[in-house]
Formats: sequence, C-alpha cells, structure tokens
Amino acid sequence: MKHLAKLAFALGLLFATPVLAVEPSEMLKDPAQEARARELSAQLRCLVCQNESIDESHAELARDLRVLIREKIAGGDSNDEIRAFLVARYGEFILLRPPFKTSTLLLWLSAPLLLLAGGFMVYRASRRPNAATPMLTDQEERSLAELAEEIRNDHFGSNGGR
Amino acid sequence: MIVEAGHYALVLALGLALVQAIVPFWGARRGDTALMQVGVSAASGQFLFVLLAFSVLARSYLASDFSVASVAENSNSAIPLIYKFSGIWGNHEGSMLLWSLILATFGALVAIFGRSLPIRLRADALAIQGLIGAAFLGFILATSNPFLRLDPAPLEGQDLNPILQDPGLAIHPPLLYLGYVGFSIVFSFASAALIEGRIDAAWARFVRPFALIAWLFLTLGIAMGSYWAYYTLGWGGFWFWDPVENASLMPWLAGTAFLHSVAVMEKRDSLKIWSIFLAILAFSFSLLGTFLVRSGVLTSVHSFASDPKRGLTILGILVLFISGSLALFAWRAPMLRQGGLFAPISREGALVMNNLLLTVACGTVLVGTLYPLVLEQVTGEKITVGAPFFNMTCGLLGLALLFLTPFGFSLAWKRGDLLGVAQRLLVALAGGVLVLVAWLVVGRHEPVLAWIAAAIAVFILAGTFSEIAARILRGAAGISVAWSRARGLPLSFWGGACAHVGAGLALLGLAATGFGSETVVSMRTGVPVHVGSFQVTLDSVTPRRGPNYQETVSHMTVRSATGAIVATVEPARRSFASREMSTTQAGIVTLGLGQFYASINDVDAKGDVPAQLFWKPLVTLIWLGGCVMAFGGVLSVADRRLRFGAPVRARVAATASARG
Repeated sequence: MKHLAKLAFALGLLFATPVLAVEPSEMLKDPAQEARARELSAQLRCLVCQNESIDESHAELARDLRVLIREKIAGGDSNDEIRAFLVARYGEFILLRPPFKTSTLLLWLSAPLLLLAGGFMVYRASRRPNAATPMLTDQEERSLAELAEEIRNDHFGSNGGR
Repeated sequence: MIVEAGHYALVLALGLALVQAIVPFWGARRGDTALMQVGVSAASGQFLFVLLAFSVLARSYLASDFSVASVAENSNSAIPLIYKFSGIWGNHEGSMLLWSLILATFGALVAIFGRSLPIRLRADALAIQGLIGAAFLGFILATSNPFLRLDPAPLEGQDLNPILQDPGLAIHPPLLYLGYVGFSIVFSFASAALIEGRIDAAWARFVRPFALIAWLFLTLGIAMGSYWAYYTLGWGGFWFWDPVENASLMPWLAGTAFLHSVAVMEKRDSLKIWSIFLAILAFSFSLLGTFLVRSGVLTSVHSFASDPKRGLTILGILVLFISGSLALFAWRAPMLRQGGLFAPISREGALVMNNLLLTVACGTVLVGTLYPLVLEQVTGEKITVGAPFFNMTCGLLGLALLFLTPFGFSLAWKRGDLLGVAQRLLVALAGGVLVLVAWLVVGRHEPVLAWIAAAIAVFILAGTFSEIAARILRGAAGISVAWSRARGLPLSFWGGACAHVGAGLALLGLAATGFGSETVVSMRTGVPVHVGSFQVTLDSVTPRRGPNYQETVSHMTVRSATGAIVATVEPARRSFASREMSTTQAGIVTLGLGQFYASINDVDAKGDVPAQLFWKPLVTLIWLGGCVMAFGGVLSVADRRLRFGAPVRARVAATASARG
C-alpha cells in the first residue's frame, strides 16, 4: 500500500502539478514545511467546491483549511496526524484519494480486475478455433503451395518465366 | 408569432422523427422499397424543421426578445453579440435544441450520402436515428421547451453567467456535441447491422468516416474545454477529473478504441462483434454524459439547472437505448460470422491490446465516477474519488498504451515480426532511453514519472517518424522516389501517423508540467520577482471598464535572466454588476511552446497584489497535440477509399468506359 500511495502521489504530481490558490500571506516561512503543506492540501477536497482540492480553490472554507493545516504543521503534527484529524472532523469525503478498505475494494481493484477479465477474454478468443475459416494445417499449406506452383507452370510454361 | 412558429416547427420535427422511426423499419421488414425510402425524406424533413426551430431561437437571442423565458434568463441587451449568440446553448433548453439539431443533421447526411448503402441497412439505421431524434425532441417539448413565453416580458434579461461569457462557450459545446452526437450514427448503424444479422467490410467503410468525424470533433471539444478551464479557473490546471469531464472522456476512449477495431474490420474482416459492441458503448457513454450533466446527480462545474423530472426522463431515454441495444447485441451478435484470423504478434494483435487498454481505462473512469454515488446509496458512506485515483489508474494504463503504440503502428498485418519491428524502432527506443539517461545525468530530479512520460513521448514521436521513413526510404531511395512513395501511401496511413504524433506531443506537454516553476508572492509595484529563470515586475494597477463589467488590471513585465523584456502580461479581476460575481482573468503569454501564466487576487490592504506566477514549459503542446490528433482524423476522413459513394461512382465509370 505504501508503494501504491507513493505512485499515486507521483502521478498526481505529473498530471496536476499542485499549483495553488494559496495566498502569499498564508505561506509558512520554512520552505520544507510549506512544501509539506502544499503536498497535503493537494490531496484534500474543498468541501464546498466541485471537485477541487483546497490547494486549488478560492473558496473561504478552503482558505481556512489551508491555514489550519499550516498551523498544525508549524505545531509539529505529522502529515498522517493532520489527515486523521481532518477525517475525524469532516469524514473521508475530504480525502481526494479514497482510503483502501472493504467498501472501496471494488473501486481500487476495478482497473486490475478489468484488465484481468479482458486479458482472459482475449486469451480465450485467441485459443478458440474458428469453425468458419479454420487455419490451414502444414499439410494443407504444402499442397496449396504445390497447387500454386502447378498453376504458375501451366500459365507461364514449365521453366517458370516468360 | 415567430417564436410560436419555432415551437410548432419543433412539434412537426417530432412528428417526422416518429415517421422516420416507424415507416422505414416496417418497410424493411416487409421488403417494401417505397416505405423504406420514406426514411430519406423524413430525415431530411426532420432536419429542416429542427433547423427552423433553432433559427427562430437564435433570432430571439440575437434580438434580445425577453418575452422568451430562456432569453430573459440567459441573456442581456448589454452583452456582446458573440455571447448573445453562444448564449443559445449556454443553458439547458437551448443546448438540448443544439443537441437535436446536430442529431438531425447527421441523420440527414446519411439520408443524402447513403445511396450506395444496402437499402435495408440504410432504412434500419435511419429508423434508429429517428427513434433517438424522437426521444430527444419529445424530451425537449415535454420538459425543456426553449420557446416558453413570459407575460409580462421583463425589460431587461438576467445576463449570461459570467463564467460562460467567454469565446470558449462559442466553440466548446458545439464541438463537443458534434462529437457526442456523431457517435449516434455509429450506434444506429451498429443496431441496424444487428437487426439485419449481417455485417461486413462495406459496413465498416461507410461507418468509419462518421466515427472519424465524431471522434475528431470530440477530440477538439475536449482539448478546447481543457484550455478554457486552464485560462479561466486561474490556477493553471487543465484537467480536473470532474465527473462531467470524465463523461466526455469515456465516449472518447470508447470511440478511439472503435476507430482502431473498425480498421481491423475493414482491412481484415475481423473483430466484428467487438466493433459493434464498442459502437454501442461509445454512444451509450455520450448518453450517460448527457444524463450526468443535466440530472443533478453529480456536483460539477458544468451542472445545468437540475430538475428531477428532467433527470428521470433522460434516465428513461438512457435505459431504453442502452438496454435495448445491449439486448439486441446479446441476441443477434452470436449470429454474426467472424472472419480473418491472425497471429498474436501482428497489427491485429496490437490493436486488440490497444482496445483492451482503452476499454479498461474507460471502465475505470466509469467505476471511479459512479462509485461514490453508488456507495452512498448502498451504505450511506460518503467518499470522494478525485484526481489522485484517476491519475494513478488511467495514468498507468495510458502510459502502457502509448508505449505500445509505435510497435503496433510498425507491425505487419496477420503475422508480424517483433524482432524486425524492434530493430526498425531501435533509433526511437534509443531516443527514449536518452531521456532517461538525461534524468540520471542532471541529478535525478523529481518527479521521475514526468521523465518516464517524456521518454515515452520521445519514443512515440521518433517511432512514428521512423516508420514513415521506413516506408518511403526503403532501399536507399532517392528524393523523387521517396516523394512518390509518400504520395502513394494512403491518406489513412498519414492520418494514423498524424494522430500518433499528436498523442506524443500531448504526452510531452503533460510530462513538461513536471518541469515548470511557480512563485506565490505579494507583488509590490516595481519590486522584481523571480519565476524560474524569468524576472517579473508589477508596473501598475489600473481600473478598466468592459461592456458589462468592471475590472482591475495588473500590468506586469516579464524579463529574461539577462534583463531583456520578453513579454508583458495583464492579469485582472473582473466584477459583473448584474450577478454580483467576480472572476479572475489570468494573464497568459506564449513564449515558444511554453507559457508564462499570471493570476492575481484582489489588491490587499497594503496596496500589494497577491499573485501566483507560473512558467509552464511546453504546456501548449497538450492542446496542440489534441489539434494534431484531430487533424489526423481529417486526413483519414479525406481518404478516397472512404469517401461516401466512391465505390459506386467508380463502378459506373468503369462500365460506362467499357461500353464506350
């Protein structure tokens, strides 16, 4: 799971570089702490917005949460502690990446399961002999080649050329 | 009076759509040619009447006729002409009418250009198209009539939503609808083929141009929408995995898969049943998108006025067409004869892989979009499935697909030689590896995935070009031979190559988002700020008056590291009095393929301007890549072999010359 989480975050960085609606006045002095705040807020949903993270949103609530996160970071809380605090307060709805648990099992496994099922279907289809147009056996291939040779000879003379 | 005439035209169009749905279908069952021909005139008539209704609505908007409720709610006499016009589809009622107009247009195109088709196939396809038309026209008349009057008429309209007052609105929805609705033709033909119980390469040849047209417009529509979001929302994001974006991505993924499988069907008479399934899927996702946007089941930046009655009606239409076509598929598909065998390592095999990855991506987007809704219904638990989930799943599937693309493009039909292809792609592979070496050399900068994506992008670009080179430069040919060979290659080959180059360019643009720089800062006049290698100064802040808004503009100068002025940008905050809303206008300037992007907030108490400044290298490639892909679609549509009716004319000409 740890790896999965890392990967998800890396992909997140690629496709949605966490840019911000962050106000300069909100930012922490320590660049490392500020970077942590950015990383965290890119993964938290702005609860009153439509599918935006609090890092991207201009909404009041998003701003309050950004400030709250920074206060907690400055107060020495770890990322997991802050996340847990927010989940306790707002529910898992706030996490843009849903947690991996029983009720989200199907969600997280959807892509691998679909891939497996699709792969299995392709495999079955490729193994199923086609009744309508069967593949030629080696024997048949040879007699086909012989026939073709005969026709060529009949057509162009026995020396095979004009 | 004119407005009532438009309303009446819509009623007549519904009548004709019903005739189109019933009579040709009945004729096809009885083998009556005259009845089957009714479909042609009904489809043309339906188109004319919907066009009439649309023109009447357009007139009401352009003339600011506020006695029409839709105009009064979504327009204003002060807004510029372009927004008066695009306001027609900036609301639920008008956009449904545009939807129906495009639907009827495609029906009329089949009626006019489908003469070379087997008559029963055309009759059945027109009947299905008529049925879809009737469903939507009925829906408009029953729940979303754009011609409702207000009495007394207000003196002034309420204005168009400020977010929609953008040239994007004039372009984005029509492009997207051309894409969505274009797949209806593919769907109708798939259903007709199932009813007939017969499908062959000629079917593929006729359907493919329609699928290409739908696909290329959908590609442009999505790219356009993404760019609109990018410059409007003010923080430089361009894709949010918003449910409605997902709703447009799903038909695109299914449609892309269909284009690839139908190529196999046309060339090799294989993958027929699967192609039919994808054809049904593509349009089903279009319908699903329409439902999601208008029903209010999802919250999204795109949500139209949500009304449970409308939602339920569209759900009904959705269930009718999707379940109907899938039932038809389950019943008739086993009767279709499969042909064309191929080895696993072959062009066909590669296209099967393409289809597998695209449909799995499509399925994952579907699950991710609907999972929170279903989970809340079942357990009451509220979760969010956001960008991190989609980036991880679809990102990986997409990268895998794009990595395999050059292999598929270079493999031979029937039985390919993987080793030979790998040799042909050696230079391209080396190009990709070079990018990864560069990553090691410059000190393993994060994010590593951006580098992997860049490597794959280079591989696709170089791989496509080396395939073109292999085809035209074979055996150390001279320039004139190469040129004549290049001209001899079918346009659909060039179309495919172009689309793959577009995909590579878009991926390169996406990868480059990992290499940008950003600065968040309070800007004081005259104090320079560093953004990447650029220096930005705030020169002044001035008010400005627009036609229906006030704005505060920050004038900034961008200098290079050496101090030379490279550009000026003018980000602004715009406020609209009529709706008490303000929007951020990002200041964007394109430098080469990259963009400098500035977004500001309201001036603070100290007189400073809080600003977010970005340097985004190669970012324009994301959308240019989309345009290049769509241009590939144009090239393929222009291929002579695919031109409507071309085989017939050729045959007539041949017999005529033989006689003469």
